[in-house]
Amino acid sequence: MKKRVIIWTGVVTAAFAAGCATTANQANYEAEAAAMIQRDFHARGIASMDRLKQDELQLACTKHRTQLPADLERRVAAAQLAAIKLPADGKLMGDWKRGQRIAGSGRGMTWSDKPEVPSGGSCYNCHQLSPQQTSFGTLGPSLRNFGKLRGYTPEMQKYAYQRIYNSKAFTPCSTMPRFGTSGTLTEAQIKDLVAYLMDPESPVNK
Amino acid sequence: MNEWRKSTPRRGIAGAMVAGSLALSGAAAVAQDSDATAEQFDKFRALMEESSPAELFEARGENLWKTKRGPKNASLEQCDLGLGPGVLKGAYVQAPRYFADVGKVMDIERRIVHCMVTLQGFKLEDISKQPFSNAKQTPDVVSLVTYVAGQSRAMRIAVPQSHPEERKVFKLGEAAFFHRAGPWDFSCASCHGEDGKRIRTQNLPNFTKKGTADRGFLGWPGYRMTGGLMHTLQWRMNDCFRQQRFPEPGYVSDTVTTLLTYMGVNANGSMYLGPGIKR
Repeated sequence: MKKRVIIWTGVVTAAFAAGCATTANQANYEAEAAAMIQRDFHARGIASMDRLKQDELQLACTKHRTQLPADLERRVAAAQLAAIKLPADGKLMGDWKRGQRIAGSGRGMTWSDKPEVPSGGSCYNCHQLSPQQTSFGTLGPSLRNFGKLRGYTPEMQKYAYQRIYNSKAFTPCSTMPRFGTSGTLTEAQIKDLVAYLMDPESPVNK
Repeated sequence: MNEWRKSTPRRGIAGAMVAGSLALSGAAAVAQDSDATAEQFDKFRALMEESSPAELFEARGENLWKTKRGPKNASLEQCDLGLGPGVLKGAYVQAPRYFADVGKVMDIERRIVHCMVTLQGFKLEDISKQPFSNAKQTPDVVSLVTYVAGQSRAMRIAVPQSHPEERKVFKLGEAAFFHRAGPWDFSCASCHGEDGKRIRTQNLPNFTKKGTADRGFLGWPGYRMTGGLMHTLQWRMNDCFRQQRFPEPGYVSDTVTTLLTYMGVNANGSMYLGPGIKR
């Protein structure tokens, strides 16, 4: 009996040590890869080198990939949510027609983009929205009938605004860019996108 | 180079054909049929590959390979791509690999550039200035890579992992693949980490596992119908980072080699059919 306990202790210790070694190795490779990327890249056009500096969220989502440990996830999401700036005028809805153009534009933030040209939202790269647009990606969920399904409420307008502004406030390792936080889209552009999702007259809800 | 380009009216025709084909299928498609568009393109690609424009670049590359050029007036016939000086057969499908003479893992384009520098006396800075094809020119190195790739046609991908450095570079490539940064928080895995995803109607191969990762290897170097240009994997990686909203990676840099190693090893076992055609 005693012998068996000793054996099991040995096995558990060995497994624990192996687990630690794997984690340590992964952390080493991540650190080395980060240094390698710093060394190998150079600024081009608007894509400056400061873009490679990882913030807390990017570091956490590199380490844990798609799913953070629960406590870290709560903390990161709360920090992202707290930094969202809602419109000072309290109005969340712009013009859905302008929103449609923004949703369809994949322009912005690459080294071949000009700084003076406004960015688009790249929405159709990943989401289905209007039934008329058949060229849509599937990296994100379908947003067809977004307002119709969820209700045309002020709360849902606010949620849509926040989701576009910073999707990571809800899902920290989401694939979706933080369009407001990153300065990709302006307040007015996000309002137009909210209208595209939430106006009963928008083709998204038809 | 210029007269050669003029002699390929096919390029324009191919572009027009694919544009027409895609426009037609786009108009007919309903939402769920976006995969049908991709399927239609695959059929068109198969048709095109029967008389692939890539072969013209292979022919040009062969000529460049065997011609004495550069400050040292030497050919590339003594270039060692990992299987011995002058051995081209199978070299493309067994790279990236470790090269003892430089103590580094190199991908095929990087190694060819290395040979252009060491054997022929070209300068890396000069080659790096304009390494990718554009409307004005196709760099020599693009044709050279296409020629070397053609010498591995119908061979299985077998990127080696026997040297410790090769295994280390694979792990570094994996780490780089999942490295999230930039204004949009993207890593390679943001688009290429899951099965069955698309950007617009473009299918996104999952490079993290066997069975789908070969889509990043097959068909490269590729004659890209958009613009009618011949491109290598070095270009593909560069343009991915552009769309990842990163700064620009150095040409034939370690980062690119590690990523090509990670994806190449995941593609091992699949049959390589030679330079191909891309949308």
